[in-house]
Amino acid sequence: MDGNVEDFVETARNKQALNMAEMTKVDCRHIDVFYDEKQAIYDISMEIQDRAVTAFIGPSGCGKSTFLRCINRMNDTIESASVKGQIIMDGADINDPSIDPVLLRSRVGMVFQKPNPFPKSIYDNIAYGPRIHGLAAGKSELDEIVESSLRKAGLWEEVKDRLAAPGTSLSGGQQQRLCIARAIAVSPEVILMDEPCSALDPIATARIEELIDELRERYCIVIVTHSMQQAARVSQRTAFFHLGKLVEYGDTERIFTNPEDSRTQDYITGRFG
Amino acid sequence: MSEHIVTAFTDELEHLSANLLRMGGLAESMITDASRAVTTFDLELAREVIKRDKAIDELEAEAEQAIIRLIALRHPMASDLRAVLGAMKLAGDIERIGDLCKNIAKRCLELTGDENRAAVKGIERMAKAVSHQLQIALDCYLRQDVDAAINVLDLDDDIDDHYMSLFRETLTYMMEDPRQIGSNTHLIFMAKNLERIGDHATNIAKAVYYMVTGEAATAENIQARQGTRES
Repeated sequence: MDGNVEDFVETARNKQALNMAEMTKVDCRHIDVFYDEKQAIYDISMEIQDRAVTAFIGPSGCGKSTFLRCINRMNDTIESASVKGQIIMDGADINDPSIDPVLLRSRVGMVFQKPNPFPKSIYDNIAYGPRIHGLAAGKSELDEIVESSLRKAGLWEEVKDRLAAPGTSLSGGQQQRLCIARAIAVSPEVILMDEPCSALDPIATARIEELIDELRERYCIVIVTHSMQQAARVSQRTAFFHLGKLVEYGDTERIFTNPEDSRTQDYITGRFG
Repeated sequence: MSEHIVTAFTDELEHLSANLLRMGGLAESMITDASRAVTTFDLELAREVIKRDKAIDELEAEAEQAIIRLIALRHPMASDLRAVLGAMKLAGDIERIGDLCKNIAKRCLELTGDENRAAVKGIERMAKAVSHQLQIALDCYLRQDVDAAINVLDLDDDIDDHYMSLFRETLTYMMEDPRQIGSNTHLIFMAKNLERIGDHATNIAKAVYYMVTGEAATAENIQARQGTRES
């Protein structure tokens, strides 16, 4: 009997391992980023899993945000920045000239450090994306998208009676969830979050973390965070960046209990510098 | 390893390990003195050993408080996390060693003083082996030495052999002279206590192995580690 149970567990584990291997969403190969002459990212290759949260950690200026911004070509908007290497998403290189960056960004949503709702109503904040991308056929369909996005972001109950109120009238934590709802509204596949909780209090932070955990079932989520506890709490995989290089990338549990590289060790135990 | 940016963190970790080493030293002396109390039939010393257990208990409570504080306030990670968890295990094991020594001393008070000398000598020999094992275990904690920790695990087999031979020997004396059964039973329990102290020393070595390598001290892991070293 014992043997059978062990076999069963073993098979389940193998299956899981296989699934994990199959579920790469974003495959980054040999990425270099330059700001003019200055190199910010050195030859980073990593596979980011679908339906999982990947955390990027590292000291300030280590390149984690720069690398994150490669995934939806946000670096295109910076005059001096140039990106080399390939980022393969669903079989296509996102840097290929045939890819429309606007369309790409509807597939790869982004949430920023400071909540940045549009100076519009709560409703319009969510409806804006679906409207410009033509995702809704009529008013009732748009209403549905707004409601379901707000529900997924855990904000619906709090705002359903004041959808016409300006988005900026909400509290900081609510604004950030509004921004997440706005990102979800265009049915993205990947959500990038650049320190989404650094301007929030602990309760609002906990809500966002809870939300991230729920969203993980549907999306590939990448989060840059300065809080190692947060990385440990929300992510399944953690990547440690230092001086523009990817030092270590692996299961979050292992990174925080038994990192391989001494630089990772020094950083997460607070010995850096 | 370099120090934490927050130096108070380093200080607290160092204070914790110093505290544990003090506990360990105390436990070592309790083994030696409990065994001496038995071999020299020194009841005064036995009573003194019983009292000393309280000091270990107090140090354990202190270590526990320090560990709770470290986890709550410093959120230790990676090697620090392992150091704190290891410290928690060590504190528990050393506290148990204190209890077992206390039990030996209590049993000493029940002896008549005319037990078979060979059996009493056996306790002394075994106590020496056990305290030696504990000493190495504490030493490998101090130096965070994995290889020494592996050696401690090997020593445990010797102690089990000691126990089995002492057990058989004492059994023979009991059969020869049934009047000796009472006090010889105490000797067997003392030997059993020493054997358990050996197990706790082994646990300490295993905790050190985990602290340093981040892996559980299983036979496979140890073998794999030794294999890579030799090749």
